[in-house]
Formats: sequence, structure tokens, C-alpha cells
Amino acid sequence: MKITAAHGSGGKSTSELIENIFAKHFSNPLLDSMEDSTVLPSMDGKIAITTDSFVVTPLFFKGGDIGKLSICGTVNDLLMRGAIPRYVTCGFIIETGTESETLDQIARSMAESAKQAGVLIIAGDTKVINGNGGVYINTTGVGTVPNERDISIYNCKAGDAVLLSGTLGDHHAAILSERMGIKNDIQSDCTVLNEAVDILLKNNIRIKAMRDVTRGGLATILNEIAVASNVSIEIEEGQIPVSSPVKSLCGILGLDPLYMGNEGKFVAVIDVQDKEKAIELLQSTEPGKNAAIIGKIKTGDKLLLKTSIGGTRIVHVLQGEGLPRIC
Amino acid sequence: MLTFDKIKEFLYNYDGEPVTLMEVCGTHTSVIAKSGIKSLLSDKIKLVSGPGCPVCVTVSSYIDKLCELSLQENTVVVTFGDMMRVKGSERSLNDMMAAGGKVKLIYSPLELLKLAKENKNTTFIFAAVGFETTTPIYAMLIRQAIEKNIHNIKLLSSLKTMPEAIDWICRQNHQLTGFIAPGHVCAITGSDMLVPFAEKYHTPLVVAGFSSEQVLSAVYMLTKLKKTGKVINLYRSAVEESPNMEAKTLVDEFFESGPACWRGLGTIEQSGLYLKGKYSEFDAGSRGLTEDVGYNNACRCSDVITGKISPHECALFGKACTPQNPQGACMVSEEGSCHSYFTS
Repeated sequence: MKITAAHGSGGKSTSELIENIFAKHFSNPLLDSMEDSTVLPSMDGKIAITTDSFVVTPLFFKGGDIGKLSICGTVNDLLMRGAIPRYVTCGFIIETGTESETLDQIARSMAESAKQAGVLIIAGDTKVINGNGGVYINTTGVGTVPNERDISIYNCKAGDAVLLSGTLGDHHAAILSERMGIKNDIQSDCTVLNEAVDILLKNNIRIKAMRDVTRGGLATILNEIAVASNVSIEIEEGQIPVSSPVKSLCGILGLDPLYMGNEGKFVAVIDVQDKEKAIELLQSTEPGKNAAIIGKIKTGDKLLLKTSIGGTRIVHVLQGEGLPRIC
Repeated sequence: MLTFDKIKEFLYNYDGEPVTLMEVCGTHTSVIAKSGIKSLLSDKIKLVSGPGCPVCVTVSSYIDKLCELSLQENTVVVTFGDMMRVKGSERSLNDMMAAGGKVKLIYSPLELLKLAKENKNTTFIFAAVGFETTTPIYAMLIRQAIEKNIHNIKLLSSLKTMPEAIDWICRQNHQLTGFIAPGHVCAITGSDMLVPFAEKYHTPLVVAGFSSEQVLSAVYMLTKLKKTGKVINLYRSAVEESPNMEAKTLVDEFFESGPACWRGLGTIEQSGLYLKGKYSEFDAGSRGLTEDVGYNNACRCSDVITGKISPHECALFGKACTPQNPQGACMVSEEGSCHSYFTS
């Protein structure tokens, strides 16, 4: 069945759409009451809130889909502040012409990822607009942060170590390959990072800051940390993990993994004394199996890259759109 | 034995006669910036960029024409990313998009075939820029369009050939000690193409690949070979002495040479490639785009791409002109020398 304007009318077709797809997959006691708003029980600790919109095309790609992405992106943003993810809300903007099976598949992915992340989907909305089968999702996440915990990009000090949880560029490369019809085995790294973050926190790794390495890539995110904490960051090219298929694709298209988006990788700035332990812990988890220490915090105000042939250069934030070269 | 460490040591401590080397290929410019090669060289070795970034040598009348076409009814201008932000005499394709112009960004010329097939009532004008390396892809595109009976694709060609530009530079700039020759271009043309220039101007040319080790080795060899008319090929895995005949035959079928205007260099005879008369239905009016009015009069892109000045010697560099707000083409493309200077 294709979605039509009637599904956005607020009448019978809308209720059926919600009942048969979203309510079915997202069901939980808080959501099932279907009231105008959900009243949450009181929570201990500080409250973390984040929101994000997802407009990826194609809707389905190797390693994930827009539904999985919409949960992972928001849950990971909560985790990056040391929050325990609790609840997610979602808003759908659905173009006419979308197949209901497509929505069902997206909702199922969202439910699976939410379960994996330990969050409940507690509120939602659907709107239908004229179009050609596109789907856009906004999710808002709520989490709690223990009162004594303070993880923030403003906290880094000279001497701290910089850790990267895995290979760069997989999501970006998978999406580009899909769009360009290039056949390869690159999969999006789209995943929730609970396991990787939890293991660090439970073992008392002194984490100063965390950021997930999404749009803008590692270079942009580290520049933001350097500015926020008023420090320099020196990273070593040779230590930054990039898988060989991604490296090859970058070579062909003239892309730089430092500026490519990921959906299941994060950077953590940690106390230097904890670095060996942190790597060992992270490598024991699935999302952190390729984790590496990639650099250190120094005094100054720049992001510096020590290149594999021993040169040094300044790395800036992403300028423009990060597009492939043309010759 | 000469090891890579010894090469690095030699270049870092070099104290002989000052050396100025030009890398002609934009990808080399990008490798030099990305691998921090300048931080490994003595002050007596200067690297300058040549006219090897296709976007950077495009003249304003070409961009103006694309802008104009983007406003035509049932017409879409199709381009690679770098072209979007280069200003013509007044506006860029990015500006046109904001003003209602129809511009579509693609990653590969062959994507265009699909677009054209699915939208038969729209004419797609492809901003065809590049050098010898890219031209066979455009030839392939037209061949496939004909095979698939697709007639709503046109090229606005600013395709250029490198030997004529190298010759022009050699005539104009006598300060150059040698060239890091373009590996991609030579993979198509063959390295023998360089021999006449080496002999005529007593200038060494070293063909290098695109690893930082190759580029640094080329710098080393050029420093040693100065004032000799030698051609050395370090990129043997991809470059032969003779041309790639398959690519040459394909290009010769569709394109013919004609005069082309280069930003900063002016018009050079036989340095442009245009669709032959029998394929003129696929041409969007590429010939005669020779006017070049800089968007900002103080912009010195033309001196930068001829190796006369370094980017930081331009008054706009890093001040009015940044990658976020480029005043000249060299600041737009990642392969442009100003962009490379700014970001390294």
C-alpha cells in the first residue's frame, strides 16, 4: 500500500497507519496510553536532552537504514555527555508515494535499535506531505547523568590522551557507494555506542570529553574540542585506523577520511594514565574493536597532524561540502 | 645506499643554490599540503604550484555562461562539486542555486546518463572541465549517449591539454629549476611528451605518482638534476613512455583541438578540446569563451598559477579570501594552491 494524502488527514487512515505500523513496533506502557503527552516518572540525576533530524538517501543502505540511524544518532549524542539514555521521541515527515512496507521496515529497525540502546520510544508524530516516497525523521532523546559526572568538550588539558573508537569513514563511504552504484563490501558503521561507553565508565576511566565523529568528520570535531578547551591537539596519521576498502574508495574519489562522517565512532579525551587500560577495554567490545590512541592534547590552539612521512601540518575544520576531486 | 631517510635528511639540510620547483598537477599540490612536505624542506627549496587545477584555470566567461544556462527553461546545469563555488564575473553556481537557477551536483559523468534518460524533457548541460586524464570519460559519456539514443545532454567544454601550458610557463618563467610532472596526465600522454620541453628549456622534469614518498623523491631528484634537460619517470607503475592508445583513440574520435583561454595565462593555441563538428548537437556553445574578468580586482590567482608569487604574497590571502569566502578560484578547490596553502 502506498501512503497518500489521506494518511495525513488526522482521520481514520492516520489512525490505521499509526496503529498498524508505529504503535505495533514501538509499544510500551508509557506510549500505549496514546494521550496528548507522556508524563514521565521523576528521574535521579541531571537531565540530558538532544535532538536531531535524519534526511539520508537512500533510505536503506549496507549496514543500516534511516530508522536505525535516527535512534543511533540521538542515543550516541546522549552517551557522549555521559548520560544514560532513557527515552526517545520521534517525528516522521512522510512523502506521498512511500510504501507502507518501507515504513514498517523503518519502524522495525527503530524498535530494534531502541531495544539495544535501552531506550523507550515515548512520543511520536506523523505528517504526510506531497512528494515521491521520501521519509524524514526527527528524534529527541532524554537521558540522565549522575550528579557527579562532568564530561564536556570544555574539560581537556595538555597531557591528556586522544582515543578514537575505530576506523574512519565507513558510513560516508557506504552511502556514497550506494548512491554511485559502486559495488564493494563497505558497510555503514551505524550503531549504538552504549557498550563501548559503558565499559569505560564502569571501569572508572577518567574521561574528560567525548564526541561522536559524525558530520564534518574527525578533523572538524577535534577542532571544536581544541577551541572549546583552548588547547592544541596533535594527532598521528599513522595511528588513525581506516579500513583498506575505505582507503581505496577515498583514493579513487579524492576524499579525505579525516572529513568523512561516521555513525558509530567516537573520540574520547582521557587522562593519559588510563590510556592502555581504556584501549584494552574498548577493544574487547564490538563497536570499539579497532580503537586506537591517535594523539595527545598540548598547549596551543591548533589541530596538528604528524604525517606518515614525518611532516607536520595544520588541519582545519571542513570547508564547504567535502566533495570528491575532479581530476 | 640511498634510503628514504637519507633523502629527507638531504632535503632538510640542503644549503646549495636556491631551487624553485613547480608541481603542475593539482593532485600533487594537494599531496604536498596534506603530507606536510614543505615542513620537511630547507628554506632554499621552494615549491610553487602550476596551472594544474582544472577549476583554477577556468575563465570567468565560462562560469558566466554556466550561470546564464542555469536560468534557462527546462535546463539543468550539472557539475562536480568544486565548480559550485567559483565566481564568474559576478556570481557562482552556488549563488545561482539560491537565486532559482537549476544546478545539480554529481559525482561521476556516467550518473548523468541515468538522469537524462529519466527526464527526457530537460536538457542537461555538463560543465566539462579537466585535462587529458578526464577527457576520455567525457568521450565515453557522449559515446554511450549516442548508443542509448539519449539526446538531452550537452557539454560546455573547458577541457584543456597540458603540454601547451607547460611550454607557455617555460617561456614566461625563467626562475624555475624544474618540474614535478603530472603523473595522471602522463599516464595518458606518455612521458615522451615531456622530452621536447626538457631539451628546449634545459629544465628537468620528473614524473611522480601521488604518494608523499614519490613526491619527496621527485623533489630530491630535481634538486640534483638542476639545469639538465632530463626527463625521469618515477611513476613506472602507471606511466609509459608512449601514449595510452586506447584513450587517445577514444578522445580523437570525439574531440579536436582549438584555442583555449586559461585564467592567468591568456589564450593558448591548440590547448583546448572541443567536440568535433559531427557531434555538435552535444555542444552547449563552448568555443570563444575567452573573456576573463576577475570577481575581485585585487585577486592574484593568475600570478599564483604561473608560479610568479606564492599565495601568501597576495594581499587578499587569508584576509578577504578564505576557503569559506573565496575571491579567486585557487582558494576554492582543494587542489588550488591558495586553498592548499591556507589549509596546511
